[in-house]
Amino acid sequence: MDPVLEITDLKVGVDTGRQVHSVLDGVSLKLTPGKTLGVVGESGCGKSMTALSTMGLLPDRFAVSGGSIKLMGEDLLAAKPARMRELRGNAISMIFQEPMTALNPVLTVERQIAEVVELHQGKTGAEAREIALEMLRAVQIPSPEDRLAAYPHELSGGMRQRVMIAIALACRPKVIIADEPTTALDVTVQAQIFRLLRELQDQTETAIMLITHDLGAVAEMADEVAVLYAGKCVESGPVREILSNPSHPYTRGLMACTPRLRLGAAAASAAEEGLGEIPGMVPPLGRFPKACRFAPRCALADARCHAEAPPVVPTGPDHSALCWHTNKMEQVA
Amino acid sequence: MPPLVKRLASAIGLLVAVLVLNFLLIQMAPGDPVEVIVGEMGGASEELIARLRAEYGLDKPVIVQLGLYLSKVVTGDFGYSYYFNQPVLGLILQRLPATILLVVSSLMIAVVVGTLMGIYSARKPKGLLSHFVTIFSLVGYAAPVFWTGLMLLILFASVFPIFPVSGMQNVRGSETWIGAVLDVLHHLVLPSVTLASIYIATYSRLSRASMLDVLGSDYIRTARAKGLNERRVIFGHALRNGLIPVVTMVGLQFGQLFAGAVLVETVFNWPGLGRLAYESILRRDYPTILAILFFSAILVMVANILTDLAYGKIDPRIGGSRRKAPKPKGAAQ
Repeated sequence: MDPVLEITDLKVGVDTGRQVHSVLDGVSLKLTPGKTLGVVGESGCGKSMTALSTMGLLPDRFAVSGGSIKLMGEDLLAAKPARMRELRGNAISMIFQEPMTALNPVLTVERQIAEVVELHQGKTGAEAREIALEMLRAVQIPSPEDRLAAYPHELSGGMRQRVMIAIALACRPKVIIADEPTTALDVTVQAQIFRLLRELQDQTETAIMLITHDLGAVAEMADEVAVLYAGKCVESGPVREILSNPSHPYTRGLMACTPRLRLGAAAASAAEEGLGEIPGMVPPLGRFPKACRFAPRCALADARCHAEAPPVVPTGPDHSALCWHTNKMEQVA
Repeated sequence: MPPLVKRLASAIGLLVAVLVLNFLLIQMAPGDPVEVIVGEMGGASEELIARLRAEYGLDKPVIVQLGLYLSKVVTGDFGYSYYFNQPVLGLILQRLPATILLVVSSLMIAVVVGTLMGIYSARKPKGLLSHFVTIFSLVGYAAPVFWTGLMLLILFASVFPIFPVSGMQNVRGSETWIGAVLDVLHHLVLPSVTLASIYIATYSRLSRASMLDVLGSDYIRTARAKGLNERRVIFGHALRNGLIPVVTMVGLQFGQLFAGAVLVETVFNWPGLGRLAYESILRRDYPTILAILFFSAILVMVANILTDLAYGKIDPRIGGSRRKAPKPKGAAQ
């Protein structure tokens, strides 16, 4: 199927006043209708910047310096601000990480949902209210009629995130970008929110870009995965491929860092193994290594890794990694 | 006790305290009303002075005078003005509307102009006009209010005789109702702008800081992600949140505004309580001073109650028992 959103070779830089540092360097992603792409990586690797570039909401000082972002063939980077406003919240919408602060504290739930419908679909008054109510039902909020008049502070975290989802879905967007949608929520609520997103996706054929650092969430939600590190996409492929046959040392490291629950005798051996870690941290902006960006933290790194940027190596069907050592993965973790 | 009753009870307690303290403070202040009266009469015999003292009850012990005064105030009798030779209550009721008009219109000018200036400079913190706003508001804040008044008088009543020099009405009066209103408004411009000039600075700086804070918040990013244009983001989403500290400040400053009104009314010969206060202090007209202080206290209290109500309207988190919102489980925070 044709991709609904296609990001090609996206480059973003931040102007610190003295020089421009690269934040994203050639990120390419594809979203297919009805499918979920998991975008994974540590803090500071460029996940949120990818999302904000797509929305045209990059913070001050950040700017796209190359590549293209195409929504159903339309180049968003070339779109005028007015056109972007038409698309935002309508064809492409976003769910933010912090439901506690992402809703306006002084406006009712009804207002915040109805607003998008009024703006993009020209609905008013009772009609907009009816859609708001319908959306609250769709996100399975109990007694939705009463919640219309509620303010965000009267709702729990999970409820607020449901309201955020209702806002994002109100105009039946082609693409939803969910930036760590469950990070601020309890685990039990996380599972509910994921189930809800999946159900809604089945009904609407929306493509979801799920940004997360949680591989558990990816395993549960995603069809495809892209692993970002220091502004580059280091590995991408179908979720089963990536999880069963990770072909980049960073992906392997991330997986080793994910705790797994085991019972009985397995629990004892798990305790002995301990939890993996990736030494060091994501280099700060402007200090990305010249060759392989992961080399300083990589167990496989040799002289070539520090001298020459690695190529994209295909490692399976639709699966590729940015590494010199894709054939030596068994040696890691 | 219901909140309103509690509130009224504490207000009455406060008013009694205001009366007693003011009475005692004035007793302690230097100066003797009888001597002032005698001075204006061009001297009098010891006999006459004693008779005047007896007539005004000034020969009795202070505590007895206080008791007498309080018992009269309860019946609505604020005594008889030594200087104006008429009941104080009538004198005050005659002056009160002029002061309320002046204070309220100054407050409105200060809040509206200050807030708009604040919003503007929050949007473009480095713009030329922002610097101008900062300088303008600081000058207004730093300049003594009587000086500002005199300068405006010289400029707009003398050099360019656009506005009247003093008073509240044309000497000849006006035949029509609408003409009278316009006449009062014409007289109101300079005094209210003068009084507002001090507070424009406060409100512009306050709303600038508050808007900068609000514009950086998550829910503003959400509003942008909905595709709202800048105007709706600012006035629909940011302003109400940004106004919360401004409303608090209005409540706090209402008392100071009265103090400012004394000076402005004196400069512009505005027939309000402020000028009455000035005159009665000069004449040691104790009953009038006491009554003015009493009525100012009432006005400040009313203003504070109104502020609290406005506060609840603007910020639903403070509204309290506004409506029977169903509290979901786990709705803490």
